[in-house]
Amino acid sequence: MMMLRMMVMAPLMCIGGIIMAVSKDATLSLVLVVIIPVLAAAIFAVARKGIPLFKAMQVKLDKLNLVLRESLTGVRVIRSFNRIDHEKRRFDQANLDLTDTAIKVNKIMASMMPLMMLILNFSTIAIIWFGGIRINDGNMQVGDLMAFIQYAMQILFSLIMVSMMFVMIPRASASTVRINEVLDTETAIGDAANVRHAAERRGHVEFRDVTFSYPGAEQPALSGITFSAHPGEVTAIIGGTGSGKSTLVSLVMRFYDVERGSILIDGVDVRDMRQQDLRARIGYVPQKAVLFTGTVADNIRYGKEDASDEEVRHAAEIAQASEFILKMQDGFDSVIAQGGTNVSGGQKQRLSIARALVRKPQIYIFDDSFSALDYKTDAKLRAALRQETVDSTVIIVAQRVSTVMDADRIIVLDEGRIAGIGNHRELMNTCEVYREIVSSQLSEEEIA
Amino acid sequence: MSETRGNQRPAGGWGRGPMGRGPMGGGPGMAMGMPVQKAKNFKATLSRLLGYLKPYKVQLLAVLITAVLSTVFAIVSPKMMGNATTLLFEGMMAKVKGVPGAGIDFDHIFRILLVLGGLYILSASFGYLQQYIMAGVAQRTVYHLRKEVSDKLSRLPLKFFDSRTHGEILSRVVNDVDNISTTLQQSLTQLVTSVVTLVGVIVMMLTISPLMTVMLLLTLPLSLVVIKAIASRSQVYFMGQQKHLGELNGHVEEMYTGHTIVKAFGHEDKSIAKFDDINEKLYQSGWKAQFVSGIIMPLMFFIGNIGFVLICVVGGVLVTKKAIQIGDVQAFIQYARQFSQPITQTANIANIIQSAIASAERVFELLDEQEEVPEAADAQVIASPKGEVRFQNVRFSYKEDVALIENMNIDVKQGQTIAIVGPTGAGKTTLVNLLMRFYEIDGGTITIDGVDITRLERGNLRSLLGMVLQDTWLFNGTIRDNIAYGREGASEEEIVSAAKAAHADHFIRTLPDGYDTVLNEEASNISQGQKQLLTIARAILADPAILILDEATSSVDTRTEVYIQKAMSELMKGRTSFVIAHRLSTIRDADLILVMNNGSVIEQGSHNELLAKGGFYADLYNSQFTGGSVREEAV
Repeated sequence: MMMLRMMVMAPLMCIGGIIMAVSKDATLSLVLVVIIPVLAAAIFAVARKGIPLFKAMQVKLDKLNLVLRESLTGVRVIRSFNRIDHEKRRFDQANLDLTDTAIKVNKIMASMMPLMMLILNFSTIAIIWFGGIRINDGNMQVGDLMAFIQYAMQILFSLIMVSMMFVMIPRASASTVRINEVLDTETAIGDAANVRHAAERRGHVEFRDVTFSYPGAEQPALSGITFSAHPGEVTAIIGGTGSGKSTLVSLVMRFYDVERGSILIDGVDVRDMRQQDLRARIGYVPQKAVLFTGTVADNIRYGKEDASDEEVRHAAEIAQASEFILKMQDGFDSVIAQGGTNVSGGQKQRLSIARALVRKPQIYIFDDSFSALDYKTDAKLRAALRQETVDSTVIIVAQRVSTVMDADRIIVLDEGRIAGIGNHRELMNTCEVYREIVSSQLSEEEIA
Repeated sequence: MSETRGNQRPAGGWGRGPMGRGPMGGGPGMAMGMPVQKAKNFKATLSRLLGYLKPYKVQLLAVLITAVLSTVFAIVSPKMMGNATTLLFEGMMAKVKGVPGAGIDFDHIFRILLVLGGLYILSASFGYLQQYIMAGVAQRTVYHLRKEVSDKLSRLPLKFFDSRTHGEILSRVVNDVDNISTTLQQSLTQLVTSVVTLVGVIVMMLTISPLMTVMLLLTLPLSLVVIKAIASRSQVYFMGQQKHLGELNGHVEEMYTGHTIVKAFGHEDKSIAKFDDINEKLYQSGWKAQFVSGIIMPLMFFIGNIGFVLICVVGGVLVTKKAIQIGDVQAFIQYARQFSQPITQTANIANIIQSAIASAERVFELLDEQEEVPEAADAQVIASPKGEVRFQNVRFSYKEDVALIENMNIDVKQGQTIAIVGPTGAGKTTLVNLLMRFYEIDGGTITIDGVDITRLERGNLRSLLGMVLQDTWLFNGTIRDNIAYGREGASEEEIVSAAKAAHADHFIRTLPDGYDTVLNEEASNISQGQKQLLTIARAILADPAILILDEATSSVDTRTEVYIQKAMSELMKGRTSFVIAHRLSTIRDADLILVMNNGSVIEQGSHNELLAKGGFYADLYNSQFTGGSVREEAV
């Protein structure tokens, strides 16, 4: 705001000052013609020396930041390898480097103000001298001379302001560019013009030769994926980190559009459905449980806004969350802090499961959602879930063989491709990747 | 406008020159009347900060003198210029009156202007000198402050780092220190010049005309009242603005982290509506705050102009009465212009200094944190370690009232493998913390080769132990440097053979720059599995007697996974190893299994013993590794 005011006022002051000065005494204005280039040259000279140094200083500050951040994240490693002195030296070097540059910059900038003032002041001397001559010749009044000096100062000051703005504007424009980048990003996913509805709504999910790449990626994250998941069945997806498991489930919810092939729900392409309708049918439990500020009940109701107290309680019960909720100070009305920092990881996960359950969706998606639970809770939860999800299509993403072994269908992903589909027994016989995963987790006799 | 970060302030003070400033005014800093962060104990912090400046006494004195000189010269010049104007006027008047031979005394004016030019040059040079010296003083002071903080960090216990976010610590070392630096660089000298200007201007005005000075000073209380009235009002809005900005940030952050959930549950519209609502509130308080504080400047000018008119009238009367010269009126007007400026500037600087002191206080807080328990005076060194570890009646807790480990006893012989089993996050960090003595135990003893670890030199203790954890830590540097981190002064052959033993040599050589490949800031130019191999190589190079290892929970990619396993078993050969185990084979072959849950050891024994016991381990084993029991329970 201050900037804007300055930006509008400074040029106006400058132009107005010039008009008034010239109207007072055009000849004396020649002094300004000489002074302005001198002023401009001085500003330019200082800026040319100063700005690269400012940039260098930023780089060195970043370096110092990096060293410090590394020494914070690596504090255990540094201490265990006895490299404290080494880190101290590294920091000291970056520190010294930054200090040297900062001193240089500030020494150069130290000349800026005195230089400007000197030029300004000498221009007044010049004006008085030449003005005096003109007064002596009877071409000018003393009062006009005083006014002229004021105008001259106004002009020169606003010139300095303008040049300062030229230093600041690039900074602001860099921010504008970034903001515009965000604003110009097209919403990649829109609703189709002709929305289609399925004849029958049961939650049948089908992938037909789906290929998908993240924008800018060299290789597709998923390619040639074909399978179907039926209501009343558990479909598990297993594979190593980066094999595309989470990508696959986010395609079901149409967080991204497929590149080739199609995803059908009850025979309708997800791109032909309204996103709201599509997602209303899915209960999603993410890998990283996210809660919002609000009460426990608010968070569960996030899944279904008009859920009755009974429904909320039931969902919490199945998610094995009611026990700890009731132990909290205000039960279901206890407030969750921002980021859910006042509940443990396992509790967060259970609340986020309850949130999905309260929706009573046709399709459940569990993206590695049981990792933070201890064994007893995990077992109880999965037992309760089985009954709850008996008519729904369940898709479970997992890394652990034990989680997926009893699924109706296991899809093994390896580097974005399906390496095998089938139940545990079939895959043991047919799928090399699955065997590798299993053997890295289970012992010989258990496999048999 | 919410930030008061120093480096956004333009350098130097405006308008110390004779002509003052145009009617633009307004310190080009923060808006007026904005609330400032205040230090809890201003005086103590200030005097402590001044302590850091002590070594620069001479320089600071020089800064003070040059600042005073520069300002004094700047203050004297309008008066001299007034004399020149008077000469001009008198000469002209004489000419008009037709006094024979009369005219403007250019010789005299030339002499005045010459002196004036000299004064300006002196003023400018002293001004430059003052900033020049201050640059060195401020930056060196800050250098020492940063160094001290960094040294302090290396002496703080792990507890400190675990209880704070990295951002919080970084902000103290970088932002707060930076804030102090710019304040030292700019505001300190500004403060001096402002005060000197104020005093000097008053003195000069008094020498011209006490009457006019009094007239001008009369406007002063008026402006104070105005500022106070408006500032107190604008504070309310600024605080509202701050609050709504916080809410907005909180909302955006929450929606950003949870955006898949927002989408999956179809809450887009609602979250946008909430954003709009907060945004509207922010807009309301924002424009009011800006508007109210924006009024201050025009009002000040208005008051200033009232003073101006008064001066002109009184000055005019005095001139006609020949009480003062016309040049004096000109000079006085210039002084009047200069007069109000240091007042507003001082107010601004006071705010800036306050926020710098608050920063300094945060930095000092960090410097005052309690350090690690010092080493015993007669600290011992184990020269040829065997690797026998013993826990005797160990008691430990992070929080005083929540007991975590009670009466823990383990006896580990040289070369044994101990598997630590349990649900995720069950307490492997605790074990590392205790063995490495990152945390002090509350009771009992931990001994290595029969020596209590509290009696060992810290450096020695840590050289006995090696860690290979899942959260690999590599720094921005070459692969060679990262491996060599394991041992200071390792030779090239040692590094390469460690890499070979860790099965890392092959992949390193496939990289374009081999061992000289520089890992970028996030070390994202090599894969997770390769990072793990590098940390194993580092541990091999360090050659510790006791190892703490972390088995991969997920298959990274199958081939690398195999290498990692091979490298780990290579590393474990002949060493006492604590393994955070996920693989059944490791667990079963272990000499001792520690079953952990919620941070504490609940069972220990060999695989068969524990199975026979039918406790938690048996449950865990059945569920995690066979999947059988869950099924039975569930169906």
